Amino acid sequence: MSELRYTKDHEWVRPEGDAATIGITDHAQNALGDVVFVDLPEVGREVAAGEAVAVVESVKAASDVYAPIAGRIVEVNSALSEDPGLINREPTGEGWFFKIEPKDPAEIDALLDDSAYAAFVESQA
Amino acid sequence: MAETELLLDTPLDRLHRSLGARMVPFAGYAMPVQYPTGILAEHLHTRSAAALFDVSHMGQAELVGEGAAAALERLTPADVQGLKPGRQRYGLLTTESGGIFDDFMVANLGDRLFLVVNASRKQEDFARIEAALPAGVRLQPLPDRALLALQGPAAAAVLAPLAPALAALSFMGVAQAEIAGVPVLASRSGYTGEDGWEISAPAEAAETLAKALLALPGVQPAGLGARDSLRLEAGLCLYGSDIDETTSPVEAALTWTLGKRRRMEWNFPGAERVREELANGPARLRVGLRPEGRQPARGHTAIHAPGGAAVGEITSGGFGPSLNGPMAMGYVARPFAADATPLELLVRGKPLPARVSPLPFIPHRYAR
Repeated sequence: MSELRYTKDHEWVRPEGDAATIGITDHAQNALGDVVFVDLPEVGREVAAGEAVAVVESVKAASDVYAPIAGRIVEVNSALSEDPGLINREPTGEGWFFKIEPKDPAEIDALLDDSAYAAFVESQA
Repeated sequence: MAETELLLDTPLDRLHRSLGARMVPFAGYAMPVQYPTGILAEHLHTRSAAALFDVSHMGQAELVGEGAAAALERLTPADVQGLKPGRQRYGLLTTESGGIFDDFMVANLGDRLFLVVNASRKQEDFARIEAALPAGVRLQPLPDRALLALQGPAAAAVLAPLAPALAALSFMGVAQAEIAGVPVLASRSGYTGEDGWEISAPAEAAETLAKALLALPGVQPAGLGARDSLRLEAGLCLYGSDIDETTSPVEAALTWTLGKRRRMEWNFPGAERVREELANGPARLRVGLRPEGRQPARGHTAIHAPGGAAVGEITSGGFGPSLNGPMAMGYVARPFAADATPLELLVRGKPLPARVSPLPFIPHRYAR
């Protein structure tokens, strides 16, 4: 399994073959609380890096989820509409949101690595 | 965060932090929004067993002196003079133009009245009440008292052995008692739709009291997050969201808080507007809304006629854990206020189908 990369908006990115899987971090799901609904993007949509593409609703609030990299949405996690609690239980596993076919795979390398993300979260505490 | 330093603490601050609460600013106080189990679990636990809430941020006061009830009636359409000793009532403070200045609880303690008002309004309320008092009637704010809410269907069974006098009360009854050696003033009431008590105690004894209540079987702490989803399922208004100085008691569907005698005297602030709206119907009404599917619609979401014009706005909205679905309250133009009226909620630019629904979403289970 490839190493995860992270954004300052608390998304994670896992490059796998031609696509990158994207979800929200454990820190993010913990801050949101119990997730009750997810609005996922349409497959085939072209997205820009930093564009709001999904919405995650917890009991208390709605939050945007951004595309960490530019590209095309090639798959969404339909299991989330049945069981949005997956995001709380397995944020970096079965709780993934969508997959992007990157326009420029080098964009992924420019994201935060494990220790840089941990340091960023620490600095926000 | 710099603003954290300006926040007030409740007398239970240390206890909240020791229980692992997530503290947030609310109405100038650092308040627990949730404990480690989370809002969903705390909400469901309150409906299935019992939960303890710290609501010490709310304003408590006594109104003392000959004619206190008549004096308070200068500011509210509630029947305060007709309130019997040992009973509590929900009422509204109204503005000169017929808006809602605040909502409050008033209890008749025999020799005085006991008031509970919203945290966000207590300064304004107390100033307004004081300005209206005749000689001989005095408002005594009680900043050194904590307020705890024990709520849920299991509350009565666990509280009864400790305080039989409180267990003997019916809904909206008030009595003084002792719990774990702490002298308290409690009413059988709450903000969840469940049976329970709101318990006022001296600040210095609040932690002792809270620990004694949390030690009772089945009682868990719950935060402001669960309190909000519980009150919305129960169809209860939040001041500043669902009611404010622009909404009238009639528009807010709170005409039941207008005393019968007061509706003959018409001598409260804003009586003209209330009277006109009762006679001719208000332009808009507060209603419950059930969005289709699972997606919640939050406060300030525009409400449209299907495929048509805007007819109102959501004032509170979210996900109801016990309802297991989204729910909202808001104001709609009167022709759209009938139960089951189909409407559309404009969520992030997309119309979300919804229907007007009776309130409460979850039936009240008070000890009548």
